[in-house]
Amino acid sequence: MSETWRRFARMGATITLGCGLSGCTLRVLDPAGPVGMQERTILLNAFVVMLFIIIPTMAATLAFVWWYRPGNPRAVRRPHWSFSGRVEIVTWSIPLMTVMFLGGIAWIGSHDLDPGKPLTSPEKPLEVQVVSLDWKWLFLYPEARVASLNRLVIPVGRPVRFRLTSASVWNGFFVPRLGSMIYTMNGMATRLNLQADREGSFLGLSSHLSGDGFADMTFETRAVPEAAFAAWIGGAQGSTDTLDDDAYRALSRQSSKVPPKTFRLADDGLFDRIVAQALPPGPGPVSGRPDPTVSPRQGN
Amino acid sequence: MLGKLSLAAIPLDQPIPLFAGAFVGLVLLGIMAWIVLAGHLPYLWREWITSVDHKRIGVMYVIFALVMLLRGFTDAMMMRSQQALAFDAPGYLPPEHYNQIFSAHGTIMIFFVAMPFMIGLMNFVLPLQLGVRDVAFPTLNSVSFWLTCTGALLVNLSLVVGEFQRTGWLPYPPLSEITYSPGVGVDYWLWALSISGIGTLMTGINFVTTILKMRAPGMSYLRMPMFCWTALATNLLIVAAFPILTAVSAMLILDRYLGFHFFTDTAGGNSMLFMSLIWAWGHPEVYILILPAFGIFSEVVSTFSGKPLFGYRSMVLATMAICMLAFMVWLHHFFTMGAGADVNGVFGILSMIIAVPTGVKIFNWLFTMYGGRVRMSAAMLWSIGFMLTFVVGGMTGVMLAIPPVDFVLHNSTFLIAHFHNVIIGGVLFGAFAGYTYWFPKAFGFRLHEGWGKAAFWCWQVGFWLAFGPLYVTGLDGMTRRLQHYDVPEWRPWLLVALLGAVTILAGIACQAVQLVVSIRHRDALRDTTGDPWDGRSLEWSTASPPPAFNFAVLPDVHGEEPYWTVKERAREQHVLPEPPRYAPIAVLRNSPTGFVCAFFATLIGFAMIWHIWWMAIAGGVGAYLTFAVFAWRDRTEDEIPADEVARIDAQNRRARRDIYATMETVR
Repeated sequence: MSETWRRFARMGATITLGCGLSGCTLRVLDPAGPVGMQERTILLNAFVVMLFIIIPTMAATLAFVWWYRPGNPRAVRRPHWSFSGRVEIVTWSIPLMTVMFLGGIAWIGSHDLDPGKPLTSPEKPLEVQVVSLDWKWLFLYPEARVASLNRLVIPVGRPVRFRLTSASVWNGFFVPRLGSMIYTMNGMATRLNLQADREGSFLGLSSHLSGDGFADMTFETRAVPEAAFAAWIGGAQGSTDTLDDDAYRALSRQSSKVPPKTFRLADDGLFDRIVAQALPPGPGPVSGRPDPTVSPRQGN
Repeated sequence: MLGKLSLAAIPLDQPIPLFAGAFVGLVLLGIMAWIVLAGHLPYLWREWITSVDHKRIGVMYVIFALVMLLRGFTDAMMMRSQQALAFDAPGYLPPEHYNQIFSAHGTIMIFFVAMPFMIGLMNFVLPLQLGVRDVAFPTLNSVSFWLTCTGALLVNLSLVVGEFQRTGWLPYPPLSEITYSPGVGVDYWLWALSISGIGTLMTGINFVTTILKMRAPGMSYLRMPMFCWTALATNLLIVAAFPILTAVSAMLILDRYLGFHFFTDTAGGNSMLFMSLIWAWGHPEVYILILPAFGIFSEVVSTFSGKPLFGYRSMVLATMAICMLAFMVWLHHFFTMGAGADVNGVFGILSMIIAVPTGVKIFNWLFTMYGGRVRMSAAMLWSIGFMLTFVVGGMTGVMLAIPPVDFVLHNSTFLIAHFHNVIIGGVLFGAFAGYTYWFPKAFGFRLHEGWGKAAFWCWQVGFWLAFGPLYVTGLDGMTRRLQHYDVPEWRPWLLVALLGAVTILAGIACQAVQLVVSIRHRDALRDTTGDPWDGRSLEWSTASPPPAFNFAVLPDVHGEEPYWTVKERAREQHVLPEPPRYAPIAVLRNSPTGFVCAFFATLIGFAMIWHIWWMAIAGGVGAYLTFAVFAWRDRTEDEIPADEVARIDAQNRRARRDIYATMETVR
C-alpha cells in the first residue's frame, strides 16, 4: 500500500517538476533581460488574477449542470426565477472590478514598457540600427561603423537602443528571450530598447509575414561580455567587405538563407538614407513567378 | 482578348492543387449530372435556386457554410501536417503554396463558413421568432446569398486558375501591392470579398429593417427573444463596418490597377493606414460572428433548463454594450506598431472593458441553469462545452489586451490559439448548437442525438489537443505562418496539434454520419408537434417545417415568452385558444434575379482579376439589365386562399391539441 502511494507521489513529483522545468524553458517565460522579465511578471500576474474567476466559473457550470439534472430529487426547482437584483450586481461587479485592476496594470505597463522609452542604466546605451530585407536582417552599428548580416551581437549588461526600418515589406523584429517586438516598415523608423543580462545565444525571428522567404528570417542573437563584444567589433572593422550604397542595393534583392556575415560600414548615414527612401525600396520579385531560390523543391 | 489569362495560369506543374481541383470538379460534375438525369433540375430551380423564402435561403446558407467548412478544414489539415513534417526539412508544401493555404484557410473560414452559417441561422430563425412572414426585402435576400456564392466560387477557382493570395488572410500592404505580389492572388481576394461583401452589407440592411419594422403585433423591443437582440446588434455592426471593407478593398484595387498610392509607402502612401482601416472593419467583424452565437446559447440554455433567460434586460444591455464597444478597440491589433504608450494604454483598457458585458453573459447563462431542469441534449452539450472553453479564450484575450503582454505574444501561435479558442469554442460551437436546435424546425425531423454527442466530444477534445500546444509554442516564441522551422522544442507540440486536427476530423466525420443516419431514420426522429424541445419562443408555435407563410395568423404577443405563455395556459386549461378567423395570405413570387445577378457578378469579378475588360463590361451590362427586368416586373405576389390556410393550420392545431391533452399541468 505505502509502496503504491510512494510510487504515485514520485510520479506526481516528476510530472510537476517536469512541467515546472519545461515552463522555465519556454522562451517568453525565461527572459534574459529586464524588459522580458517585467513582461513576464505582468503576464503571470494577469493570468493568476483571472484564474481566480474562471476556475470557480467553470466549476459552477459543471456543478449546476450536474445538480440540476432531471433525475435529481434533491434539487430545488425554480422554473420562474429569472431576476435577482443582488445577483445582477454581483455579475456586473466581478468582471468590472477585475478589468479595473487589470486596466491599471495595462496603463502603467504600457508606459513603463513602451518600446521607445530608454532603459535606465548607468551604462551608455549601444546604438544598433536594424533593417529587414527580403529575407535577411541587417544590423548596423553606426558608432563603430560596422554592419552584420543575419547575426545580432550585443554586449551583456548594456542597454541597446534600436532604430528599425524595412527595406521593402513589413516585418516584426522579435527576440523572444529579450522581450518586446516591434514592426519594421519602409519609409519609417520605429524604436525599441532592450538589454541582455545573461550571456547566451538567443533565437531571433520575424513576427510578421513578409513573403515566400519568411520562414528563413531567423537570426542568431549573441549576448557576449563587453570584452568579447569589443573583439567582435574589431574583427568586423577588419572585414574585407564594405557596405556602401551599391552593396546595399545588391542586398535588397530577394534572397534567403544567406549565411551570417560582417561588413565595414562605408558611412553612418546609410540607415537614414534607407528611411528617407534616398535608397529605393527593395525591388521585390523579378517576375510574377516565385523566386526559385526560396523553393525547397530546388534542393536548397 | 483574354487579358492576363493563358494556359500558364493552370498549375500543371503542381500536383496537389491540380488533383484537388480535378477531384472537386469531378464531384461537382457528377452531382450536376445526377440532378439533370434524375430530373431534379426543374424542382431545384423552382423551389430553391429562385426561392425568396427566408427559410429556404437560410437552409442554403447553412449548407453552403458546411461545404465550405470542408474546404477550410482541408487547408487546416495541410497546414498542421506541413508543420508536423517541416522540422529542419522543407515538408511537402513549398512556401509559395503553403502561404496560399493559410491565406485561403482564414479567408474561407471567416467569410464563407462562420459568416454564412450565422447569416443562414438568422435568416431562418429571425422572421419565425419575430412572428412575421418573411424578411423586409426577400428578393434582396436572395441576391445577397448568391453574391456570397460568387465570392466563394472565385476563391475556389483560384485553386486551379492562377493562384490565391500569399499574404495571409488579410492582404497587408506593401506585401500585397503590385510590386511585391505581382500575381493575381491578391486580386482574387479583392474581387471575391468586394462582391460578397456587398451581399453581406445588403443582408445587414435587410435584417436591421426586418427587426426594426416588422415584428408581430405586441412584440415591443423588450419582448424580442435574445437571439433577435443579438441579431440586431450584429446587423447594426454589419451596416456600420462592411462599407469600410468595401472602401479599403477599393483603395487597394486602385493601388494595384491604376497605380494609386494609398498604401504603397512611397509617393506619399502609407501602409499603416491599411492596417488601421482593415481592423476598423475586422474587429467589429469578430463581434458580428460571436453575437449571434451568444443569442443561440441564450435560447438553447433557457429552453433546455426549462426556465426563462436569467436577467433578460441585463443581457440586452450587455449585447448593446458589446455592439458599441466593438468599434472602439481595433487598435489592439497593432500594439507593436510603435504608436506610443498613451494610445496603447487607452486601447488596451477599452479592449478589456468588452470582457465585462461578456462576463455578465456567462454568469447569466449560469444562473439560467440555476434552479432549472437541465436536459443534456446535443444542443445543450455544445452550449456547456462553449461555456467551459470560451472562458479560457476570454482570459487569454484579456491577457493579449495588455500591451506589454502583447509585445511578446503578438502574432505568435499563442494568438492563433486564442482566436481559435473563441472562434471554434464560441462561434462554431454556437453554430452547431443552433444547427442541432433548429434542424427539426427546418426539416420536420430531429438530428440523431448519439452521433451529435459523439461529434461534440471529438470537437471538444480535438480542439484542446490542437490548440493547447499552440498556446505553449507561442509562449516559446513561435510565430505564426512558418512554412518550416528548426527549433526542436516546438516539434513535439506540433505533433500533438496534428493529432488534435485528426480528432476534429473524426468529429466532422461524426457530423456527416449523423446527417446520413438522421435522414435514413427520419420517420423515427419525426417532429410531429412542431415543438420538439418544449420551446419558449414563437418559432415553436408553428408546424415543422413551417408553411410558406410561417403563421396562419400573425401571433398576438403579450410577454417576453409568447409561446410559453400560450402553452402554460393550455396546460392549465387543457384546451387550445379558439381557432382564429383566417384570411387569404399573399406570398411573394420566386425570382431568378439573385441567381442571374450573381452570374454576372462572377463574370465581372473573373474578368477584372484577369484584366479581360470586354467581359467585365458585358457582365456590368448584364447585371444592369437583370435589375431593369426585375424593376419592371408587373406581378409580384401569389395569393393563398383563406380555406387553404385554414386547412394547413388545422393540422398544426390538431398536433398541438394532442400534446396539450397529454401534458401534465404542474411541472
